[in-house]
Amino acid sequence: MSRTRAFLGMLITVPLIWLFAKSMSRDPRDLGPSPLAGREAPGFTLAVFAPGQEALARPVGDSVRLAMFKGQVVVLNFWASWCLACRDEHETLSEVARFYVGKPVHFLGVLYNDDALSGNKWIAEMGGQSYPSVLDPGARTAIDYGLYGVPETFFLDASGRVAFKNTGPVTATVLRRVVDSLMAAASAPTAPAAPAAPAASAAPAGAGSK
Amino acid sequence: MRRARQGLVALSLALSLALILPRATAAQQAPAAARDTQMVTPEGLRSNASAKATDPALEARTSGVASGLRCPVCQGLSIQDSPSELSQQMRSLVRDQLAAGKTDEEVRAYFISKYGEWILLEPKASGFNTLVYALPILVVVGGLGLILTLVRRWTAVPADGDKT
Repeated sequence: MSRTRAFLGMLITVPLIWLFAKSMSRDPRDLGPSPLAGREAPGFTLAVFAPGQEALARPVGDSVRLAMFKGQVVVLNFWASWCLACRDEHETLSEVARFYVGKPVHFLGVLYNDDALSGNKWIAEMGGQSYPSVLDPGARTAIDYGLYGVPETFFLDASGRVAFKNTGPVTATVLRRVVDSLMAAASAPTAPAAPAAPAASAAPAGAGSK
Repeated sequence: MRRARQGLVALSLALSLALILPRATAAQQAPAAARDTQMVTPEGLRSNASAKATDPALEARTSGVASGLRCPVCQGLSIQDSPSELSQQMRSLVRDQLAAGKTDEEVRAYFISKYGEWILLEPKASGFNTLVYALPILVVVGGLGLILTLVRRWTAVPADGDKT
């Protein structure tokens, strides 16, 4: 009788403890891959506030539409001047964007819940940004992309679909690997628009939400 | 001995009710209290005030839909109750979509398509999610059954005529 009771007790408590431990060990910011993955990227028309540099420059006030980049890979980075984690990826993004000059790849920064003045001041502090950044009034584009916080980087393939989302500061390795695979898929004769390999990384401490 | 057991059972039941009832009442009151004390920006106040002034029905529908959507920043609050900037922007988007003629369900579907079902504060009662709704009822029914069984066993007259 006591063995049966002990077994029943274990049957109830062990799964409960397991569920509790699993929930406690989960990073609340890591919510898995974006439901947008593999679907057509939400379109936008946003105004440039930070022009970028040299070959990647666009005039301030220029209207940027996603449709302009049809047939090319797009790297869309949501950032803010108040976001500490954005500092970690800034230089990497600028360098990798420079590396792909002349290739069918476009880098675009989207300012999230911030103003142009603070954004430009931050870019100057960080030593410049090689690619242009645009304003997102009311965070409508951010919501359209299902943004939780910053930084988040979306990779759009040549057919205009969301291929991959990186949560937290993006590394050069991820940038190069995803962009190269998307470019290869685009140039292949019967290119399937499959999402690029890596899974979404969890946001480390310092990633911001507002 | 028997009276002592009955007294013990009654005392424990009374204590359980005293512990459960205030919590249940507080849980019902908490969202309303949060709404009353929410922090909003001047823009939020202006847009809220103008919407209420122009169309109370629209504001009521906005509140209804926003109350069921999770704030991506706070995660434990609805976008109706959360003071975060993103929640205010999402609430404004809900209002705009409703004003543009979308149904409540279409607005919810829009947010699910962007954030997944995670965005719903209450999961849909279908498939695996049914467990979330069924399990508490099963636990309560099972618990009541257990209590009844124990009470019967404790209060049963012993066969040998225990008079203590």
